[in-house]
Amino acid sequence: MSLRIVVCVKYVPDATGDRHFAEDLTVDRDDVDGLLSELDEYAVEQALQIKEAADDAEITVLTVGPEDANDALRKALSMGADKAVHVEDDDLHGTDALGTSLVLAKAIEKTGYDLVVCGMASTDGTMGVLPALLAERLNIPQVTQLSEVSVADGKVTGRRDGDTASEQLEAALPAVVSVTDQSGEARYPSFKGIMAAKKKPVESLDLEDLEIEADEVGLEGAWTKVEDAAERPARTAGTIVKDEGEGGKQLAEFLAGQKFI
Amino acid sequence: MAEVLVYVDHVDGAVRKPTLELLTLARRIGEPVAVHLGPHADEAAKVLAEHGAVKVLAADAPEFAEYLVAPKVDALQAAYDAVSPAAVLLPSSAEGKEIGARLAVRIGSGIITDAVDLEAGDEGPVATQSVFAASYTTKSRVSKGTPVITVKPNSAAPEAAPAAGTVEQLAVTVADSSKGTKIVSRTPRESTGRPDLTEAAIVVSGGRGVNGAENFPVIEALADSLGAAVGASRAAVDAGWYPHTNQVGQTGKSVSPQLYIAAGISGAIQHRAGMQTSKTIVAINKDEEAPIFDLVDYGVVGDLFEVVPALTDEVKTRKG
Repeated sequence: MSLRIVVCVKYVPDATGDRHFAEDLTVDRDDVDGLLSELDEYAVEQALQIKEAADDAEITVLTVGPEDANDALRKALSMGADKAVHVEDDDLHGTDALGTSLVLAKAIEKTGYDLVVCGMASTDGTMGVLPALLAERLNIPQVTQLSEVSVADGKVTGRRDGDTASEQLEAALPAVVSVTDQSGEARYPSFKGIMAAKKKPVESLDLEDLEIEADEVGLEGAWTKVEDAAERPARTAGTIVKDEGEGGKQLAEFLAGQKFI
Repeated sequence: MAEVLVYVDHVDGAVRKPTLELLTLARRIGEPVAVHLGPHADEAAKVLAEHGAVKVLAADAPEFAEYLVAPKVDALQAAYDAVSPAAVLLPSSAEGKEIGARLAVRIGSGIITDAVDLEAGDEGPVATQSVFAASYTTKSRVSKGTPVITVKPNSAAPEAAPAAGTVEQLAVTVADSSKGTKIVSRTPRESTGRPDLTEAAIVVSGGRGVNGAENFPVIEALADSLGAAVGASRAAVDAGWYPHTNQVGQTGKSVSPQLYIAAGISGAIQHRAGMQTSKTIVAINKDEEAPIFDLVDYGVVGDLFEVVPALTDEVKTRKG
């Protein structure tokens, strides 16, 4: 039987761009280019490796986001995912993590799954809670923050490197997995992959398809509210000295003045 | 006064500093009730009481160590049901965030992660966060349910505030569905004797400019002279020069020490995301155009192999 893998990905504003907030205190997506979250590339990569090790597997890449989020799906398809699902609905604007997990969980159930693979966090919100939220909503095991992962005989195993210990984990499928940036370099799409991606199916779903009411998501339905967002004042220019043999001493002088020594 | 649940992060009853910070912040919004899961609650209770815990709800079950996260969510939910708190606070560790997230779903509440400050507000606690690589400061609150908030280490100075800290046993039933992810084996991290990276008051980090694992002792020597933790940039970690657990940045640890010293680090946005809220920032780099110099309070343009050892010697001399 085919192993059905769903990879959740996010389309995020480029971190090297000038990111800011829109008037409604949601992330402004108009002024900065978007892309597939770098940390989700690791998730796509691990899904591809799991598929390559399996007899028969299929990868669906799933995103919730505006029209442009299609770019993130295309990138994942060009890396080698088989098909895509795009949940897009005007009422989703301003949805927070809990709302997003609700939408993703419904879309995952509709798609059908044995394994859900996520990145460790998005590169914009950086909360890192979505995999746990999905495990709770889907009522399946979470095998998260893995730097190594493999799937065999209906089980997923992996290594989680924590602050105080390194743990070897094991769970029966279906399960939610999240992988860290230590799991292995993500491959670059080949020219052939990019061409093939254009022909792969992208299914579009809206809230009605997922039987979610508009007031359960979006800015109004959010479980959290941003009340204020202020740009951090630029740091005042510091002292910069050129080392001409005395740099270490000068620095020590500065640190002593600040009472660090 | 409303009670506030504080999830205790500890190693065998030795309470870690971020929990004491949580107790300090919890007192701004109510009466802290600590939740201690695992062994040695009595030992922990002494420290928790000194920092304001009016009560310590304690539970120990083998499932906490045998399975990942979910049994602890069952226990925290039991504490939530017992207390009906005004808020639930957890440390912003990977596990703290995951426990908080799952509890939030169960109790139908919103969650805020990585708060750097917390204050009482008319409509519940208001959390300050530092976002977009610390280029913005936001204030948020949970608008549905009981606020679940995770707080970053070093967000408050722990204050002593003696309270009763009476230990009460918490009855916990671990659901079968919470036994899904088995912890097959556990290898404790070897202690370096240096302070924990996220908790340290001073962090000394090395980057690409360190140019090899064999040169990291130069960074370590400076760290040791200052009693600091050692960090590394992603470039240094990806090159295999230093362990990932020491990585500072977006995909590693986010640190906010009193003093951050970056040696041989150019300051890419991913690194800045993890250290930009440090109180005082110092950089040593050969390249005077390196973006890190835009952030510094004090910068030295120079070869780190000249400057760092000279600084280390000077620190040792001055400290006697």
